[in-house]
Amino acid sequence: MKYVDEYRDRELIETVSQEIKKISKKNISVMEVCGGHTMAIHRFALNTMLPDTIRLLSGPGCPVCVSSQSFIDTAVEYSKISGMIIATYGDLIRVPGSHSSLEKEKSNGSDIRIIYSVLEGLEIARANPERTVIFPGIGFETTSPATAATVIKAKRENISNFFVLSAHKIMPPVMKALVEDGVRLNGFIAPGHVSAITGSVIYNDLASRYGLSVVISGFEPLDIMQSILMLVRQIEAAHPQVEIQYKRVVNKEGNKIAQELVNHVFRTCNDDWRGLGMITSSGLSLCDEFAEFNPKRHFRINVPETIEPKGCICGNILRGMKTPPDCKNFAKECTPMNPMGACMVSSEGTCATYYKYRN
Amino acid sequence: MCLGVPARVIRVEDNEALVAVGSVEYKASLLLLEDIKEGDYIILHAGFAIEKVDPVEAGETLKLFLEIEKDFPE
Repeated sequence: MKYVDEYRDRELIETVSQEIKKISKKNISVMEVCGGHTMAIHRFALNTMLPDTIRLLSGPGCPVCVSSQSFIDTAVEYSKISGMIIATYGDLIRVPGSHSSLEKEKSNGSDIRIIYSVLEGLEIARANPERTVIFPGIGFETTSPATAATVIKAKRENISNFFVLSAHKIMPPVMKALVEDGVRLNGFIAPGHVSAITGSVIYNDLASRYGLSVVISGFEPLDIMQSILMLVRQIEAAHPQVEIQYKRVVNKEGNKIAQELVNHVFRTCNDDWRGLGMITSSGLSLCDEFAEFNPKRHFRINVPETIEPKGCICGNILRGMKTPPDCKNFAKECTPMNPMGACMVSSEGTCATYYKYRN
Repeated sequence: MCLGVPARVIRVEDNEALVAVGSVEYKASLLLLEDIKEGDYIILHAGFAIEKVDPVEAGETLKLFLEIEKDFPE
C-alpha cells in the first residue's frame, strides 16, 4: 500500500536504529502520547532496536482509555431510557463502568449500535424519528471536528432527536499536566493525526516554557524511528524545539476548516480523565448555541456513585509511571477478553498492546 | 477507533468520497477538507477525511532515510 509499505523497510529501520545508537549519549525518557504509536512500537518491536540510554513511556493518548468511569456510568444510565438508541464507536461498549458496561446493557435489551462514523448516528436518528439517539462523543482533536460537523448538519436539517454526550478532550493540557505532576520526561513523540488538525503550533510552549523536545510523528515504523532520532539529536544538543517528522500530513497551521467547526460548536471545559482526575480546560462541551444537542437538557438520569476497579493501575499506566507488567492483574484477571481496566479494552490501549505482543 | 490510515480517493460526490485502503473501499466524509479529487490520498479517520497526504513531502521524508543509509553503509 502506498504511504505504508515504503515506511516499513526493515533495512532502513535498522539503519536509523544504528544512527540513534551512535549519537545517543544521555539517559533520556521520551513519551509516545498516542495509542497508535504504542501499537506500532510493539508490533514492529522498535523498543528492542533502541540503545539502553533511551526509555520509551506510553502516554494518555487512547481516547477510550482516558474516558472517565463516571462518563461510562452516565452513558449506561442513558441507555436504560425507554426508546433510547446509543450510537457509539465500537471500543467504548466494552469499557467497564462502576456497575455495568454498554455491552452488558445491550445484552439486557438496550438498543446499542456500533457505528464507524458519527454521521451514521445522525442517519439512525433521521431513520427513527420517534426514537432518540445519543452519541457518546469521545476522542481528541481528531474526532471532535467530525462531531462538530455532524452537530451543525443536524441543526441545519432540523433533526431534533440526535444528541451528543461530549467527553471530547484536547491534548496539550494533559501533556502539560503530566509534566507538572512529576513525570520525568525529556520529550514527546507527539500524535500525528491530532497535529494534522491542530498544526504544530499547539506544542510551542512545551518547548519554550517546559524545555521539552517535541517531534510530531507518523505511524509507520520508519516514521517513529526517525522521530526518535530527531528527539535524540535535539536532546543531545540541549536545544528543545517543536519539529515535524510527519510532514506529508502535518504542517504548522493545521486544518483550518476543522478548527473553525470545533470553535463554532464547542467551548473548552474542565474535564475528568481516568486515572488522572480533573484537568483544567482539557475537555470540550457544546457551546450555548448548540446546547439543544446536550442530552442533559432533555433527560433526567440518576448516575450511581462511581466505583473504581480494585487493584487496577490504569491511572499510573496512562501517566507513564508504570508499565502493564507492573500490574498484578495484567494477563491474569485482566485480559482483552475480560478487561478490568480501560487500558485493556481498546486495541490502542497500552495494556492491550503489551498483551498482544507480550511474547 | 482512533487509527487514521492513508486512503486513495476513487470518486468524489458532493461532500463524500469513495476511498480505498488497499483493496477495501470505504466512504469518507469531505466535510473537513476542500479541493479533494480522484487519485488524491487522504488520511481516513472514523469516517472522515481529516487531511490530504502531500506526495512531495512524502518523497522528501523518504529521501532523508536514504541519506542516512548513504552515510552509514554498514
